[in-house]
Formats: sequence, C-alpha cells, structure tokens
Amino acid sequence: MIGPELAERPDLDSGSVLPDLRKPPITKLQLVKYAGASGDYNLIHTDDETARTVGLEGVIAHGMLSMAFLGEYLCWLAGPESVRRLSVRFNEMVRPGDTLTCRGRVKERTTGSAGSRLQLEVWAENQRAERVTFGEAEVELA
Amino acid sequence: MDHPPTLTRDLIGRESEVVVFEVERGAIRKFTDAVQDQTPACVRGDVAPPTFPTTFRMTIPGLTFDLARVLHGAQEYRYERPLRAGDRVSCRVRVADVYQRKGRLGEMTFLILTMEGTDESGSPVFSGTTTAILR
Repeated sequence: MIGPELAERPDLDSGSVLPDLRKPPITKLQLVKYAGASGDYNLIHTDDETARTVGLEGVIAHGMLSMAFLGEYLCWLAGPESVRRLSVRFNEMVRPGDTLTCRGRVKERTTGSAGSRLQLEVWAENQRAERVTFGEAEVELA
Repeated sequence: MDHPPTLTRDLIGRESEVVVFEVERGAIRKFTDAVQDQTPACVRGDVAPPTFPTTFRMTIPGLTFDLARVLHGAQEYRYERPLRAGDRVSCRVRVADVYQRKGRLGEMTFLILTMEGTDESGSPVFSGTTTAILR
C-alpha cells in the first residue's frame, strides 16, 4: 500500500525533496498523555520540579515523541504497511511550546527481489530550524 | 564531576524473560491520540504507529540505573510488517553492549539494548536497538 503523498510522486529518486509535515505545538498536556500512552513515566517529562533538580529549566519532551512524529511522517508518505525501518538520533531537547516539522529527502531508490524501496533521510526540526531528531528510514514502494 | 560507572561489561548478553504483549485497539488509539498522529488506520486503532513497540516495557535482571541520569541517545526500529490490533507479540530485550567513553559531559556509559518481537507463528515482526547514555 502506498500513501497518497508518494503515490503521486512516481518520479522520486535520489535527491528528491519530500513534502513537509508540520505538527501542532507541543503542550504539557501532550507530554502527560504520551507518558501514559507509552509507559515512560520519567518525571523530567511531566514535572517541572523534578526537571529542575537535574539542571533543566523545566520539563522536556520525550525523545520518543519526536521519533513518533517521524513515524507518522513515514505513514503519511508511504502508508503504514510500507514502513520498513526508522533509525534516529536525539540531538536537541524539545520543550513545550516548540513546533516540530518533519522533513526528508530521498537518499537512494533501490530495486530488489522484494520490489522497490526508498532510502530516506528524515528529520524533525524546531521553529528555529534546528534538527532536533534526525536519521534514516526505509519504505517499500510496491 | 565524574560519577563512577554503574554498569559494567559483564552485563553484556543478559536478557529479559520473554514477555507476550497483546496489542490492544484501545492502547493503539490512546498512543495515536497522544502523538496526534493522523494516519487513518492508526486513528481507528487497526494498525499501531511505527514507534508503538516502545510501549513494550521489560526489565533485565541486574540492570538498574538512575532514570534522572539517562539520556536516550538513539533508537532504531526495523519492521517486517506493522503491528495490528489483536496481535500477540513475544518480546525479549537483551544487553548488546556496554562501554565507557569520554564526552563533553565527562565519562559516560553507553548501553546498547536490542529487542525482538515475534508473532504467534514465530515469525519476526520487528526489532529495535536502543542507545542509552548514562552520565
């Protein structure tokens, strides 16, 4: 299954820039919900007092939340059945009020016995254009 | 200030028990809602978002550390297929590597954990690699 975004782009090859997916601003409520949904109850994500005791100004988002945004990005691009790999590094902290945008580009198009696959470079950047979470992904095209 | 490393290389190879997780539709929907993921199959709760395996939490005997000192450095997932509501996935997590390295914050311990999930027929569904950094 191919998602609408890539299905309309049969021309994609190395260097092609992928469309952006802009996420709503991160809120403290979202971090509480994500803590509950993911089972990551580290209080540095939900309690300002705890965050300050480890030298932070206040709560920071779960790195995995920004990775989840990139997971959604791949589903949006290629459809959830087509996602084969997502590998990221957590580079910068994300705070409530930050707005992340998922971006990407095609590194390589490969064709093998399993069909065509795209190797992608993907990242989530904040409103200051800093790449907070970045990495590589692979999606199947057929 | 350097902290004494709390983890040592003798942990390498230690594993969790195999734990069977049932992928529940409600849990998928709750996760999807928290992420504000708009993927229709995920919003319906039919298909789990790609990072859903993070909800499969397991412990490895002998592996303990202070949560406040841990940074999540990197994460990888590979998928044979997406997880779907009703799947029963057998998971196990294993210490793949432990090493010390000097960084800008002083001596840091890198902990590499690998995780594998198989379905009821024994076919692999996903695998994951976590890089945790303890300072």
